Amino acid sequence: MLRTVLLTAALAVGATAVLAQGDPIATRKQTMKGVGDATKIGSAMAKGEAPFDAAKAKEILQVYANAADKMHNYFPENSKTGGETTAAPTIWQNQAEFRKRFDDWAAEIKKASAQTDNLDNFKAAFGNLTKACGGCHETFRIKKS
Amino acid sequence: MRRTLVILAVLGLLGALAFWFLTDPGLQRAGLEPVPAGEADLANGRTLFFAGDCTSCHLSPNQDDRTRLGGGKPLPSPFGTFYPPNISPHADGIGSWTPEQFLRAMRGGVSPDGRHYYPAFPYTSYQRMRPADVRDLFAYLKTLPAVPGRAPDHALPFPFNVRRGLGLWKLAVLDGKVFEPDPAKSPSLNRGAYLVEGAAHCAECHSARNALGMIPAERRYAGGPNPEGKGFVPNITPDKTGLADWSKGDIAEVLSSGLTPEGDSVGSNMVEVVRNTSQLAPADRDAIAEYIKSLPPRVGRKGPQ
Repeated sequence: MLRTVLLTAALAVGATAVLAQGDPIATRKQTMKGVGDATKIGSAMAKGEAPFDAAKAKEILQVYANAADKMHNYFPENSKTGGETTAAPTIWQNQAEFRKRFDDWAAEIKKASAQTDNLDNFKAAFGNLTKACGGCHETFRIKKS
Repeated sequence: MRRTLVILAVLGLLGALAFWFLTDPGLQRAGLEPVPAGEADLANGRTLFFAGDCTSCHLSPNQDDRTRLGGGKPLPSPFGTFYPPNISPHADGIGSWTPEQFLRAMRGGVSPDGRHYYPAFPYTSYQRMRPADVRDLFAYLKTLPAVPGRAPDHALPFPFNVRRGLGLWKLAVLDGKVFEPDPAKSPSLNRGAYLVEGAAHCAECHSARNALGMIPAERRYAGGPNPEGKGFVPNITPDKTGLADWSKGDIAEVLSSGLTPEGDSVGSNMVEVVRNTSQLAPADRDAIAEYIKSLPPRVGRKGPQ
C-alpha cells in the first residue's frame, strides 16, 4: 500500500514534469501533494504510529529529492495567479532566495540519505528536513485554510 | 439664525465633552489591580512568553536572535500599518517600567504615560491573564537582552490616528475579567482555555471581524480573511469547514512540528507561532488542543482566497 502511494507520487512527479510546460500550477500542486503524502508516512513512522521501515524511509527521501530538484521550474512568470494557487508574490520578487531554499533543502536531503538505517537516525533527519517546509511556506506561500 | 448657531455651538461643545469623558483611559479599570506580592516565577514567565507569541510582532527584524525584542517590524492591517514597539529591557523599551505599569499595559491597554494602546496589541485577550502570570512574564522579559532603538510611529489614516478615540471602542470590548476556570471541566481543559483565550490570543487572527474591528461571537475561531494581507486564516473550530477531521493529537502535533495530518506544513505567520508553541511543555500543547477540540463547531469558509 505504502509502496503504491510512494510510487504513484514519484510517477506523478515524473509524468507531470512533462506537463509542466502546459500547466505549471497543477504540476507544482501535484508535486507538493506528493511531498505531503510522503511526509504523512514519515511522520507516522517518526511518531511510532507505524513500524519503521528503512526502504520506506529511502523512498520518502527520493520523493523529497525529486521535488527539491524540480519545484523551482514550475513557477514561470505567467503562473502568478489562477488555479487557486497559494503561491505568494514574493516568489517572483525574490527568485534567487526562492531557488536557494530548494538548493539548501536538496543539500540537507543528500546528507540525510545516510540516516535511513534506523529509527533514531531517521527521526532526527526527518525532523530536520520537515523544518524546511515551514521556513519556506512562511515567506513564499499565502495563508490558506 | 444666531440662536441656532449658539445651540449648535453648545451641542458641539457637549459632544466634545462627552467624547473626552468617555474616551478617558482612566475609565478602563482592567490592570489597575495590585501586582501580587511574592517572587516572580521565571519559568512560568518563559512559558507565557512563548504561549503569548510576543516574538511574532516585537522581534527585531532582519536578525536571527529570537530574544531581541527591539520591535519596529511593520505590521500591516486594514486600518493602516503598525510598528510594534521595543519591549526589550532597554530604556527605549520597558527598561524603566514598573510591574504595575506592565500589568496596566497588558490587561488595560493603557501605556505608562496614560494613553490607549491600539488593539493590534491584543490586550483584548491579555485582559484574561492572571495578574500573577503577567508579573512573571514581566520578570522574564527583564532577563532578555536590552536592545536600543525606538520603532517609528504607526502610519494610520484619520480617524484611526486619533488614539483617544480608542476609548469608545475599548468601552465596548474590554470587560477586564480575568479568566474563570469552570469547576465542572477538567484541569487540563481549563488550562487550555486559559492559554487560548488569554496569552495565546488565538481568536485575534482566527476570527473574522466586523467593520468596527470587533469579533462577533458567532465568528469566533471560524477563520476569516488574513488581516495582514493576502489569503485566508483557517477555521479552527471542529466544523467540517474547520478542524473536524483533526484529532487532539493532530492539533498538538501542528503546534509542535508545524505538520498537519495531511503531511502539509503550516505557512505564513503561523510558522513563527509554531516556533514559539514548540517551546511549550507537551502538556500545555495537549491542553490547548483539548480546548480547541471542545470549541462549538462554526461554519467558516474553506479554500484559499
